[in-house]
Order: sequence, then C-alpha cells, then structure tokens
Amino acid sequence: MIPELGHFALILALSLALCQGVLPLIGAHRNDAALMSVARTAAQGQFFFVALAFACLTWSFLQSDFSVAYVANHSQLALPTVYKVSAVWGAHEGSLLLWILIMSAWTVAVGRYSHRLPEDFTSRVIAVLGLLSVGFLLFTLFTSNPFLRLDIVPQDGADLNPLLQDPGLAIHPPILYVGYVGFSVAFAFAIAAMLSGNLDQEWAKWTRPWTTAAWCFLTVGIALGSWWAYYELGWGGWWFWDPVENASFMPWLMGTALIHSLAVTEKRGLFKSWTLLLAISAFSLSLLGTFLVRSGILVSVHAFATDPARGFFILAFLGIVIIGALILYAIRAPELDSAAGFKLLSRETFLLLNNILLVIAAAVVFYGTLMPLLYDVLKLGKISIGPPWFEFAMLLPMLPLVLLLGVGMHSAWRMQPHKALAKKLRMPALVAVVAGILIPGLLYGRFGVMVSIGTAAAVWIMVSALIEPVRSWRRAEGATAISRSMLGMSVAHFGVGFFALGITLVSAFTVETDQAMRKDGSVEVAGYSFELRELRNVEGANYQAIEGRVEIRRDGELIGEVLPQKRQYIVQKNWMTEAGIDAHWNRDLFIALGDQLGNDTWSVRVQYKPMIRFIWLGAFIMALGGLIAISDRRYRSPA
Amino acid sequence: MSKFLIPLFAFLLLVAVFVVGLTMDPSRIPSPLLENPAPVFSLPSLQDPAVEVGSANYANSMALVNIWATWCAGCRQEHGFLLELAREGDIPIFGLNWRDNRPDALQWLQTLGDPYIASAFDVDGRVGIDWGAYGAPETFLVDRNGVVIHKHIAPLNREIWERDFVPLIRAREGVE
Repeated sequence: MIPELGHFALILALSLALCQGVLPLIGAHRNDAALMSVARTAAQGQFFFVALAFACLTWSFLQSDFSVAYVANHSQLALPTVYKVSAVWGAHEGSLLLWILIMSAWTVAVGRYSHRLPEDFTSRVIAVLGLLSVGFLLFTLFTSNPFLRLDIVPQDGADLNPLLQDPGLAIHPPILYVGYVGFSVAFAFAIAAMLSGNLDQEWAKWTRPWTTAAWCFLTVGIALGSWWAYYELGWGGWWFWDPVENASFMPWLMGTALIHSLAVTEKRGLFKSWTLLLAISAFSLSLLGTFLVRSGILVSVHAFATDPARGFFILAFLGIVIIGALILYAIRAPELDSAAGFKLLSRETFLLLNNILLVIAAAVVFYGTLMPLLYDVLKLGKISIGPPWFEFAMLLPMLPLVLLLGVGMHSAWRMQPHKALAKKLRMPALVAVVAGILIPGLLYGRFGVMVSIGTAAAVWIMVSALIEPVRSWRRAEGATAISRSMLGMSVAHFGVGFFALGITLVSAFTVETDQAMRKDGSVEVAGYSFELRELRNVEGANYQAIEGRVEIRRDGELIGEVLPQKRQYIVQKNWMTEAGIDAHWNRDLFIALGDQLGNDTWSVRVQYKPMIRFIWLGAFIMALGGLIAISDRRYRSPA
Repeated sequence: MSKFLIPLFAFLLLVAVFVVGLTMDPSRIPSPLLENPAPVFSLPSLQDPAVEVGSANYANSMALVNIWATWCAGCRQEHGFLLELAREGDIPIFGLNWRDNRPDALQWLQTLGDPYIASAFDVDGRVGIDWGAYGAPETFLVDRNGVVIHKHIAPLNREIWERDFVPLIRAREGVE
C-alpha cells in the first residue's frame, strides 16, 4: 500500500510540475497575474508530493519491504538503520528521486525569497525549474520507478553495496546533489532573463547568491566525497580522476568561473553573453555528469545502472534542455553589447583570465573523461587516461590561475595604477618566495623546484588574501569596515591557498610502502614504527572482519594505536578494506591490510601523508567564504 | 549571430558521439571461447556433494550454461526468466553455482524455484575461471558438439533472448 501511495504521489507531482512549467510561462507572456500566481503554489504542491514519495520509499526501506524490487536489491534485514535510510539514495532509482526532491526544494526556496523580483521574472524562473522537474519525473516514472513490486518476494534482500555502508557516503551524495542541482537555479535565471529579453545587469545580481550557495554545497560535497574515497577505498589516494568524480568536478570548475563572471556582469555590465553561456554550461555539465554516470556509457566503479534505455532517455532530455537553451542563447546573445571599457591592468582583465583558465581546466577534465569514449566510437581501440595525465594537464591552467589570483584580488575595476599595486604586493611576494624555499627545506629536509613553486604559490595566495581583512581589522576609528562580500572572497581565496599547500606537500612528501608484516613484526615509515600487536576476529551487524591492532611508535614512545580491518560482508561476500588512520593536523599515518600471506602474516600498505587534512580543510574554508559572501547586506536590501 | 551558434554546434557534435557510444556495449569483452570447444569439467552437485555433475550432463544437445550465485543481484533479476525458459522446455539450462555457499544456494532454489537440469557447486571458482567468467550472471550457449556459440554478460531477459539467442539456435538447428 505504502509503495503504491509513493508511486501515486510521484504521478501527482508530475501533473503539478506540468502546471508549474507551462501556466506561468503563458502568464508571463500575456502579463496575466492569475496564471503567474500558479507558479509558487504549484511548486509547493510538487515539493509536497515528491517529499511524500520520498518518505514512502524511506518507509519501505525501514520496514524492509522486500516486495519492492528496489528495496530487495539494496537492503537487507541486518542492515543498520542509518544505512537503511541512506540506501534510499544508494542506487539509481532512489538517487534520481533525491535529485527531484532537492530540485523542488530549491524551487520552493526561490519562490520564497524572490518577492523583491518582478513577478514575471520569478514566474519564468519557477516555470523553467518546473519543466526540468517534468523531465526528471518522466524519466523516473518510465525507466527508473523505485516503487516497482516483485512477483516473488525474497525472504531477505541482496544488501546495500558495502562500499556505501559508511557515514561519509551516507551524507555525501545529498550535499553533492544540493550543489549539482543548485546550478539549475542559475540556469533557470539565465533562461528566464533570455525569455523576457530584459538582459540588463539586474538578473546577474539576483542570480549571484543562488549560484554561490549551490557552489558552496558542491564544494563541500566534493570534499566529503574525496575524504570518503581516501579512507574507504583503502588506497590512501584522495582523488582518482574517476569519471564520476570528474562529473562533479566539471560543473564545479564552470560554477567557479560563473561566480567570477557574474561579479563582472553585475558590477560593470560586461561579459554579459559569456556569463549566460557559463550559466548554461555549468548546469549542462551537471546534467551531462548524470548522463555519463547513469547511462553506463563510461564504465566506472561508481556506475549504478547500465541500461541503454535509460541512457537514451537522459540523452534525449539532455538534448532538449541544452539545445533549447543554446538556440535561445544564439538568438539573444547578439543583442547584447557593452559599451563600458577597461584597461589592461584592471580587475576585469584578471577575472577574464580567471574565466579562461577555469574553462581550460574544465576542458582538460572533459577531454580526459570523454576521450576513451571517442576512441571507442571511432573504432580506434580502447584507451584509458589515467591520473598522471590529469595531474600534469591540470597544472597548465591551475598554476597560472593561482599566481594571478593574488594580483587580481587587489586590482581595482576599470584600471589599476601599477605602482600602488606593486607596493601593496611586495610583502606577500617576498614572504611567498622565502616560504617556498624554506618550508620544504626546513620541515621536510628536501628541496625541489616543483615543491618550492607550489609552496610559494600557496603562501602567496594566503598572505595576499589576508591583506584586506587585516587592514579592516586594524582600521582607524570611523573608517568603513570590509564588506561581507569582500570578506567572503578573501576567506575563499585563503582556502584556495590552504588547499594548494596541502596538495603540494602531500604529493611531494608522501612516503608509501607495501610490505609483508608478521604478527609482532614492525614496519618503519618516515621515522614512525608500526607494530602489528594482535590479529582478531570481530563481528559487525552484517559483516565479519579480521582486525589488526597496530601500535605506532616514534623514537620508542607510543603515540597511537589504530585498528585496520579487512571486512567481509555476509550477504554480498565482498571484501572491504577499512584503513587504520592516525590523524593529526599536520600528518596522517595510514595502514591498510592487503591480503593474508600466511598464518599471522599480511601484506600491508603503510603511508605517511603530510598535510593531507589541509586539502579538505581548504575546501571547507572555500565554502565558508562563499557562505560569508551570501550573507552580504545588499542581497537582502530591496532591489 | 553566427559566432553565438558555435556552442550549439559543438554540443550537437557531442550528441552524435554519445548516440554512437550508447549503441555500443561498454561491458562487451569478446570471449576467447567463442567458436571454440567449451571447457570440460566435473564438479560436486549442489544438491548432493557425493554426486558429480558437469559437462557430461548436457553433452549431445544444445544447452545453456548459466553462471550464478546468491550474492549476485543480477541473478535474482534474471531468475524469473530462466524459470520461464525451463518451463518452455526448448533448451536445457545447466547451472554453475559460482563462489557461493551451499545452504544459501539451496535456500535460493527452494524459494525462487529451480530452472536447472543440474547445478554444479564451484566453491573456489576454478571452473568459472576456465569459462572466463569475471562476474555473474553470465550465460553461455553451447551447441550439440560442445562449441561455445554465444556469451551473454548481465541478466538475461525475453528481449535479449529473442534478439541474440533465438536466431543462433534456429541457424544451428537448420544446419543439423
């Protein structure tokens, strides 16, 4: 009964989404207030029914209703309750439902916080979002219905993929989706602006807080995903250039470019058509990511479903949305012209370079992700592009980006006198160069060109990001304080520096070894000695594990104890590695059990990873900067 | 207007690549066994460890060899269809229970139904390796002379059966 209720709620949501997508558009066109007022109500109704459907599916999981195929395939009686809930979005059908739920939540939020905007504009935005919902609801109902029943009810389910049975993965997809889907708001604003033909700077101002909010979530979501991969996949890497990771990284790069280009459009009325194109691209790449992941066109460890019918449906949907948007763009963009000019040395120039470099970075990821597919299509054979290629290719746009960032932050709009700029940046540059030489040498006892460049660049950003906040903090009585926007920007850029420092030091000074380890034997890594004291069997709710107790000593003194595990999940029978990690702010000590080599002898992977926490912390600081920027007063004051 | 059409054309090109890509099967890895004699094997029966079953059970007739396990969600998906095939009785299905445990597997056949003429119990997966199995479910079509004529990876259903298997079976029957 409950699953049927959920199914029915989805159908009602589809009907409401159709009203939401069509009527307000007609209303805005005819200037009919009654039709336009449908937008908010329909969006709320749609949200209600989607939430109801989602609740029904969650209920089916909690009740272990194995007559529902989706539940039977992705849950099990002994599965801990928290994972029964997160199993709802653990596979294709449910994660689509989550996508729709989040999209309708964004829509309701847009309706709620847009009373200052012209009614016809808001109606169009909500209508565009409604049409996107229609597409996803159709997709769910026709190809991926999570409420389908089984004829023969199994006694127990097939269990959730053990990889996904982890707190990190329970929260990472929802947050990532909030970010992904959030770009649909920027997309809808751009489409609405193009439909109305009123493309002055106002729409950019309205779009900014929404785009930044989506970007914050995406940043946190990607960071959580990376963290999860680090400790759950058991290899000690933090980014694998897996197609699914790339699918979230491309919209992030485009979204970052969009945030910056929106600033120029809002403040100076420049780059208008470019900003529109970025708003379309950021969301298109979110959709494309969904397509790549869901259609199984690229084989990846994350791939949930490989079903060509689904692939064609998403491709058709993707085609309609993106082709429609690009045709509209081709019609409207030529009308845009900007008379305002700017000098070579100005904030506009740096933001332009920022955009170019970020788009190049996105293109690199795009190329690397899709090239294997293209080779296959052109019958040139099967190739694979691995992390070394990505790591090298990403340096090309990223290094100049990081170096220019410090200068760009302190340049004024229109034109920046170069003498003042040089005076301001002399100190940070000096600090950066000294730090670049000293930090690797003094802390890690080794010099290198790349590591010095990386460290210098990171310190350069951090120091130059601090100039304005520090100046504001030490300001004279009566002087104006730094605005929230400026503070947010400084914090986010400081986060970039932090992140860059983490990457540089991790990649330069990681020590890693794979060895055979006996009980009571020890392995030395980077001055730490790891001693395997005990091997025991432990039992979880739905797995059995062999757990090692490893003592970590430095100079004979015990500094920590970790418990790496090798788990076998009872239903799916696959083995999972739970790494033992001793975390500290400036280094992680990582030990993972590999294979059993003999009685009481295991192959182990032991790693010393300096500053790895900085990578995720840097990402969180970036997101925090975004949040501070959104709280700026001018987004709340009347338009 | 022309330069603003560039994004549109770029995207259309991409769509073309995807359409071709979707019609290909990314999981298709040609089996070296195709058109070659199938492995000859003998294993303890799932139902009774004392009885040996194996390739002899389906010698001299066209047969399906289905590699399955209780841990495999796809096997559950195709099970209903295998039962239908077995009821129709046109072709014997031999089950290779792969890297599984006996009580679970027996429970499975009891609750879901048993479409197999016999089930071999391949606990360490050695026979699976001979067949080149790298996942379950996999289904092989073996002809009267013990030659592998088709391999299907992923759950089987009526549509795939009619499209990929039936024409091959008809063709062989025509020859013989």
